[in-house]
Amino acid sequence: MRPLRIAVCVKPVPDPKESNRLQIDPATKTLVRKGIPLVINPLDRHALEAGIKLKEEAEGKVTVFSMAPPAAEQTLTETLAMGADEAVLLSDLRFAGGDTLATARVLAAGLKKMGEWDLIICGAESFDGGTAQVGPQLAVLLGIPWLTRVCQLKREDDNHLLVTVEDETEQRDLLAQLPLLITVDSAVNQPRRLSLLGILAARKRKVITFTADDLPVDLAGIGLNGSPTQTRDLFTHESTKKVELLTGSPQQVAIQLLDKLGLTEKGAGQ
Amino acid sequence: MNFEFTAEQELLKKAAREVAEEVIAPRVEEMEKTKELPEDFYPIMAEAGFTGILVPEEYGGSNLGTLAAILVVEEISRVSAALGTSFQVHCLGYLPLVRLGSPELKAKYLPGVAAGQYIATGAITEASGGSDPTGGMTTTAVRDGDDWIINGRKCFISNNKTANCTWVTAVTKDQPKKEFTTFFVDKSMEGYKTGRMESKAGFHGLDNGDLIFQNCRVPHSNIILGEGKGITVAMTSIGRMGRMGMAAVGLGVIKASLDAAVKFANERVLYGKPIAHLQAVQFKIAEMTYLLEASRLLVYRAAWMTDQNVPDKELAPYVAMAKLYATDAAIKASDLAVEILGGYGVVEEYHVERYLRDARMIWAAAGTGDIMKLTVARMHLNG
Ligand SMILES: Cc1cc2nc3c(=O)[nH]c(=O)nc-3n(C[C@H](O)[C@H](O)[C@H](O)COP(=O)(O)OP(=O)(O)OC[C@H]3O[C@@H](n4cnc5c(N)ncnc54)[C@H](O)[C@@H]3O)c2cc1C
Repeated sequence: MRPLRIAVCVKPVPDPKESNRLQIDPATKTLVRKGIPLVINPLDRHALEAGIKLKEEAEGKVTVFSMAPPAAEQTLTETLAMGADEAVLLSDLRFAGGDTLATARVLAAGLKKMGEWDLIICGAESFDGGTAQVGPQLAVLLGIPWLTRVCQLKREDDNHLLVTVEDETEQRDLLAQLPLLITVDSAVNQPRRLSLLGILAARKRKVITFTADDLPVDLAGIGLNGSPTQTRDLFTHESTKKVELLTGSPQQVAIQLLDKLGLTEKGAGQ
Repeated sequence: MNFEFTAEQELLKKAAREVAEEVIAPRVEEMEKTKELPEDFYPIMAEAGFTGILVPEEYGGSNLGTLAAILVVEEISRVSAALGTSFQVHCLGYLPLVRLGSPELKAKYLPGVAAGQYIATGAITEASGGSDPTGGMTTTAVRDGDDWIINGRKCFISNNKTANCTWVTAVTKDQPKKEFTTFFVDKSMEGYKTGRMESKAGFHGLDNGDLIFQNCRVPHSNIILGEGKGITVAMTSIGRMGRMGMAAVGLGVIKASLDAAVKFANERVLYGKPIAHLQAVQFKIAEMTYLLEASRLLVYRAAWMTDQNVPDKELAPYVAMAKLYATDAAIKASDLAVEILGGYGVVEEYHVERYLRDARMIWAAAGTGDIMKLTVARMHLNG
């Protein structure tokens, strides 16, 4: 089968294992991430694995893209150690504060700058933002079709993938034509662990960095000022729900439950 | 002076942590019970590339150096000091081939070491001489044509069951002066057997016990460095990996103890507040923290010096200080963790009693604390 040119979009996020240390800055309404190590967004690891697997099946090339501060270079080096062929860091102070659309615009510019793509893979959503918007927005900007929440993926022939997508109600098997953008779910694969040989191989590969000046972007559409979304408020949700444990024999518990649900005479009277 | 790890070293630590947390941690309880090393651990470590971390790239390894190996040992030992020790002993087992082996020996064994087919150890200790290995050594090797015949029994050998190859030091001349030679032996050679196993206080899952050489026939070409150079070979292995490896096991134990103690101090509520508010608890956490930091500085520097190719003699006291200090720190830190956890500290489910038992195992391995002090004193005194 013909080799594919695959782009994978990756976001560095605060380590989910340390998410209890995340705080909200009450003044700027942004997440305070200081001191928390950055890791590859968990679903983006699945995206990268999907790209590398396709490459291993039929040659090709996997290029990782990330719009992030310069510190993300370490995260991108990790993607090279996992098996990506090259990594492109889109980094500029002018990108800061961008919403999902502004981010997608920068990513689209980076992708265009580096060439043409058969397949673009994103994680379905980010661990910290969780909007699930960047993937589809990027597809629209590039003028290609997209499928979200892919949970199974196979190369069918030169120009088609066989994918399974899942939403709240159903699973569908689809034959999808390339070029295409997909966002993947965690069920799609088991990402590989880092290996020392991978780390060594990454020595020969470089992280390429582009600023806004290197990219075909309209400065009016990027960063905080170019973002249509404005955050009004950001707060920690205080749950007021209470857990009540029913105790007793299974019969007693069942009757208590029926009472609570209003399905017994006593309950109906409540 | 630069106290930062390189991007590559950070990735390496991450790689080791992933294996430790995802593969090893769920199996530690099983190791405590069965006292056996799970059979799939070495294949998994080989796949991650750890087994060949000191093997040159032309033989399929990653040749990342001592500091890299030490970082892997530390990360693994944070989860299992038994496996951390087994892995570091594997490294000390093949290091003499890398540094002092003939091209023929390297080609024969190193690709298999990197691929995880050969798991190694090193054997010098005997019942009649631990700290005095030369004075007490009774294992002999006698020339027979193109081969040598080894007879003797080594004790306290780590990986004595898991390893299928080892360096072994034997007496090859008695008169006018005792001479020692170190051979590389593999299990395809007749007369090389695993003997009795020790039942130990800690390091459950690390096999340790006797290796028996009974008319074991070894080709002359399996001598490392040359006849009469056996002690140099053994000391290269112990001095450039073994002692630092044990020190790195100590680092892992200290970190594990600290993490467990901090977690407990934040969760255990007494007098209406977490015990983290009690100054006595804070002092203990502070002590564990600086013990960890000081130990790390000593161990990482010794490993860095090793990678700078500082000669054995000059390196020895720095390695000895690192081993001595990190060992004592591990014993102290794990003991403090047991105290912070109160009664829970001695309950198996909370792990810290294991950290204390494991910390105690480090003191004698690769040379006792007393021997480390003698080595340090020799920087200033001839005696
Ligand atoms: C967990 C573990 C793993 C090991 N793995 C291996 C292995 O893989 N391969 C291997 O060959 N060996 C191995 N050993 C053996 C280890 O190297 C010896 O235990 C160590 O060298 C001490 O020898 P010994 O136990 O005979 O104690 P001894 O030498 O009998 O020491 C007894 C006491 O005398 C003290 N002492 C001895 N000499 C002096 C001195 N000159 N000045 C002051 N005090 C002194 C010691 O410090 C100690 O307190 C291992 C040991 C342990 C515990």
